[in-house]
Amino acid sequence: MIDYSKVLSRTVVETPKSGIRKFFDLMNTMTDVVGLTVGEPDFQTPWHIREAGVQSLEKGKTYYTANAGLAELRSEINTYMTRRFNVSYDPTSEVIVTVGGSEAIDIAFRSVIEPGDEIIIPTPSFVCYAPLARMSGGVPIILETKFEDKFKINPEALKAAITPRTKMLVLPYPNNPTGAIMTKEELADIADILKDTNIIVLSDEIYAEMTYTGNHCSIASLDGMWERTIIASGFSKAYAMTGWRLGYICAPKQLTEQMLKIHQYGIMSSPTTSQFAAIEALKNGDADIKMMVDEYNRRRRYIFNGLKSIGIEAFEPEGAFYIFPKIGDFGLSGEEFCNKLLYDYKCAIVPGNAFGNSGEGFARISYAYSIKHITQALERIEAFVKTL
Amino acid sequence: MNSEILKLLESDARLTAEQIAIILDLDKNTVVNEIAEYEKNGTILGYKTIVDWEKTNCEAVTAMIEVKLTPQHDRGFDRVAEKIYNYPEVKSVYLMSGAYDLSVLIEGKTMKEVALFVSQKLATIDAVISTATHFVLHKYKDTGILYDAPEIDERGNYNG
Repeated sequence: MIDYSKVLSRTVVETPKSGIRKFFDLMNTMTDVVGLTVGEPDFQTPWHIREAGVQSLEKGKTYYTANAGLAELRSEINTYMTRRFNVSYDPTSEVIVTVGGSEAIDIAFRSVIEPGDEIIIPTPSFVCYAPLARMSGGVPIILETKFEDKFKINPEALKAAITPRTKMLVLPYPNNPTGAIMTKEELADIADILKDTNIIVLSDEIYAEMTYTGNHCSIASLDGMWERTIIASGFSKAYAMTGWRLGYICAPKQLTEQMLKIHQYGIMSSPTTSQFAAIEALKNGDADIKMMVDEYNRRRRYIFNGLKSIGIEAFEPEGAFYIFPKIGDFGLSGEEFCNKLLYDYKCAIVPGNAFGNSGEGFARISYAYSIKHITQALERIEAFVKTL
Repeated sequence: MNSEILKLLESDARLTAEQIAIILDLDKNTVVNEIAEYEKNGTILGYKTIVDWEKTNCEAVTAMIEVKLTPQHDRGFDRVAEKIYNYPEVKSVYLMSGAYDLSVLIEGKTMKEVALFVSQKLATIDAVISTATHFVLHKYKDTGILYDAPEIDERGNYNG
């Protein structure tokens, strides 16, 4: 009999499964659960965008596109980035259309990491960075952000984490799961530290449209940072297009040239139908974004106030669509709190430690849900907290 | 005038003033006063529940009736419209552009009841030239609400 333990890649075998998955599996064994767990918009892709995808199919546009993506789409991505965030890229050589923001992150890692390179990853953050960095041969260096700092990167802590082996800093803002953002001034402090180094910034800006106290600032727009920044972004959150699996990379061509090889050999090209839909999104989707962001903002205020009135401390999130309350004050570990809430009160929220050890004592609550649904969940959380 | 308050109430009339205040980042008293004002000046005309009668045992049919009229001196169509909308079985009356003049929505218990209303009451009004009755067979969407689509949240299949 074949001994699979001798066949499988050790790096992959040793990669843990996502902690969120574990919790979702548990949740799915129960009925009548009111969950605030999901990390994707509750809106459907706006109809005119879906229609553009359908039309491309009707017209028989079912071929592969150029490896980097449709020329028109890359051009629209550049127009959009320039218009919204004041950063520009040559559409012919500095933009790659990827299979979601996740592939963008993956090829960014794989294009720069040499075995043993250190990748600084602030946590709590999205679950993919450390596993993907490790699979590229990198060594994740966890930079724990703190509630007291509103989960932003502390410049002193960053300085202390940098070594001669540091290859990259992941900049996950607006942040999943904390809802933290970093302002232009705060990014300038980070830029000052990085300017004279060879450290590349991987700025994950998938939630860039979801900011509530001002426009998102991309670190690439700061002096001296364009040349050392890779922006990973996508259509999933801004246009409620998660299932279309479409993202993009914007970076200097010396970097995209190499990333394109990985994309070319591993993926060929991103889904053609999705690319046609995305052109429509970028051209005519501003009003949709505004409608959705306004709605998230209402829910953000509602859930923040709701938790406060229950007596759960949280800082007011300024980005993405999550709030990260401090549930550790109730004498239970994060996981105990969430499990009890799920089993006894049938309300699901994700334990914060799924996003890194620094998330211990917190929980991620998504407000990509209707006010009615959020109200129901808050009632259950309140009933539970009263028993503690 | 805060159209946001109105839009919120239009989407869910059961939101409390306090909830609306939080959602829109307004003072609670401001919201209470504005709603009172809208109720007083007739901007808010009422609060209703949307019922899918097909899911009940209660029999009900809805018909849309196209009505062609001869306009009357002085008051145009207003006088006739008034005559029609005063019948309690009439749910709405709209003045239309195009091939006919009034669109009349009627609810009755049975098709026969609606047919009798049209032939005995509506068609006998002097100014009415003709009527065309269209029975609603099934409602897919009404006042922005889908009738068939069950609200199943199919998200949450990935691990982010």
